[in-house]
Amino acid sequence: MKILVCISHVPDTTSKINFTSDHSAFDSNGIQFVINPNDEFGLTKAVQLKEAQGGSITVLTVGDASTEPTLRKALAIGADEAIRVNAEAKDSFQVAAEIADVVKNGDYNLIICGKESIDYNGQAVPTMVAAICNLPIVNACMGLNLDGEEATMIREIEGGKETVKASLPVVLGGQKGLVEENELRIPNMRGIMSARTKPLQVKEPIGAAPKSSHTHFEKPPAKADVKLVEAGQEKELVQLLHTEAKVI
Amino acid sequence: MSVLVFAENWDGKFKNPSFEAVSYGKAVADKAGTDLIAVTFGNLEDDASVLGKYGANKVVHVSDAGAFDAHLYGNSLKDLANGLSAKVVVVSQSNNGKMLSSFLAVAWEAGMISNVVEAPESVAPIKVKKKVFSSKGIATVESSEERVVLALASNSFGAHEAATDAAVESGSTSGEAKTQSVEVDRATGQITLSEAEVVVSAGRGLKGPENWGMVEELAGLLGAATACSKPVSDVGWRPHTEHVGQTGKAIAPNLYIAIGISGAIQHLAGVSSSKVIVVVNSDPEAPFFKAADYGIVGDAFDVVPRLIEAVKELKG
Ligand SMILES: Cc1cc2nc3c(=O)[nH]c(=O)nc-3n(C[C@H](O)[C@H](O)[C@H](O)COP(=O)(O)OP(=O)(O)OC[C@H]3O[C@@H](n4cnc5c(N)ncnc54)[C@H](O)[C@@H]3O)c2cc1C
Repeated sequence: MKILVCISHVPDTTSKINFTSDHSAFDSNGIQFVINPNDEFGLTKAVQLKEAQGGSITVLTVGDASTEPTLRKALAIGADEAIRVNAEAKDSFQVAAEIADVVKNGDYNLIICGKESIDYNGQAVPTMVAAICNLPIVNACMGLNLDGEEATMIREIEGGKETVKASLPVVLGGQKGLVEENELRIPNMRGIMSARTKPLQVKEPIGAAPKSSHTHFEKPPAKADVKLVEAGQEKELVQLLHTEAKVI
Repeated sequence: MSVLVFAENWDGKFKNPSFEAVSYGKAVADKAGTDLIAVTFGNLEDDASVLGKYGANKVVHVSDAGAFDAHLYGNSLKDLANGLSAKVVVVSQSNNGKMLSSFLAVAWEAGMISNVVEAPESVAPIKVKKKVFSSKGIATVESSEERVVLALASNSFGAHEAATDAAVESGSTSGEAKTQSVEVDRATGQITLSEAEVVVSAGRGLKGPENWGMVEELAGLLGAATACSKPVSDVGWRPHTEHVGQTGKAIAPNLYIAIGISGAIQHLAGVSSSKVIVVVNSDPEAPFFKAADYGIVGDAFDVVPRLIEAVKELKG
């Protein structure tokens, strides 16, 4: 079993988001970067599969050298090798095309991405990889079982879930549920030590061109001050919601 | 040229996100000075011509579609888009919609902009605003391709009536599915979080799962869906599907009522697009009050029952 886990290197969830003064880019000053939360579920699932049935795990990111600590962390959690495609991530299509090239040349049985990265929220990479490679795709995947060449997956749908089957190789967009929150692996000392010597290959990009560009960034408009209603005056709140806000 | 909108239906019924997508498509078509064609897949219970009410000039009904699969739906939609000389395809970001829009963008060799929240500023080239950094930012994105797939964040644009007479034609699928649906497990008759206009949500302040009766009662009275903070679903007080926030669902209802939730930055990231936010919290310093429109500082166990009575009175 060869598993490829695609990792997005994103601002820590507690980050205050700022943009450069000319509004042209995200201001990464003082930002801590982490493994994208949705990708952590996929990485842990890969480690569990490897422990249960053997195999190897490759982690992959498309990014410049500053993303390497994030890849090392994934190695410390249990991946065997890492690939960094040496290109600045510009849009979902470009990233997916670079990942697809690794997939086509790698003989992977399972390709796990996160369903969405929490920076540009494109929600597109896993499906685009599958489309380029002509592989089955299950996004918002919250359960995976393998039986030989057949994968049974649970995906989230509005108001419930659907069980689907496909033959390997498949591409997944993972999320919480793929493993439970309390199963998530964090690096231990031994993992951190061994991660230092695990292979991290830098691959030159195929040079896929992005199909869109971000021309301007702004923050959402600030909220006006909260209108406080005294406890005990719930009727007044309901009136405000009815007549002023007109939402009930 | 034309603008195409994929109007999703659930078990043959159109829902608010379907109409919202059509309304959005109408805004794009108007801006481009062209017609809007709606496409819907699968057996219908509703009359497909209802999409005309929101601005579709024509509806193509592909009744033989079967269960969703990205390859099957994506390749079929690509052929329809080519056949109808579309330049823009609008898809609402449901679970299926997220896969469909991304697949189509590759298959149709189009650009794609997801998470869009407003009508485009321009249509040649397409330039439009989208939410980024889990609603902590708004980016203007320009497509370098002539063909574009626009994936619409739900509850961002709203459904607007624009009476048009839509003729219904039938279409067919092309290509094959690569996944096979085995079982669907869905509560019927419930309002789902993604379509809900009102959401009542509660957090660790409620102390235990046995106290959710009042949350459900309030939600029932308001025709609302229920939601919760992450730790509440982590410990199993509520199902994972109710978890909202940066690592759960991002929602944008008209009204979000947060009870006993502190308002951590990760929670806010998933709910800050709500049009009106009401916070009930016993701690006047709770960060959520800074993101709220209305608030009551008080014990949820006193406030919520009185709120229920007040809503009952209003609804008569
Ligand atoms: C990587 C990461 C991702 C995360 N993603 C998410 C996410 O997607 N969604 C999310 O929600 N969280 C997320 N979190 C967790 C987040 O940081 C907070 O811990 C969480 O939102 C707190 O939940 P809470 O408000 O229910 O609980 P608490 O922070 O414990 O707050 C409980 C609140 O209830 C109030 N309270 C107590 N008793 C009463 C009473 N009787 N009446 C009224 N009020 C009362 C308290 O004043 C307090 O404000 C994430 C954290 C991390 C590290």
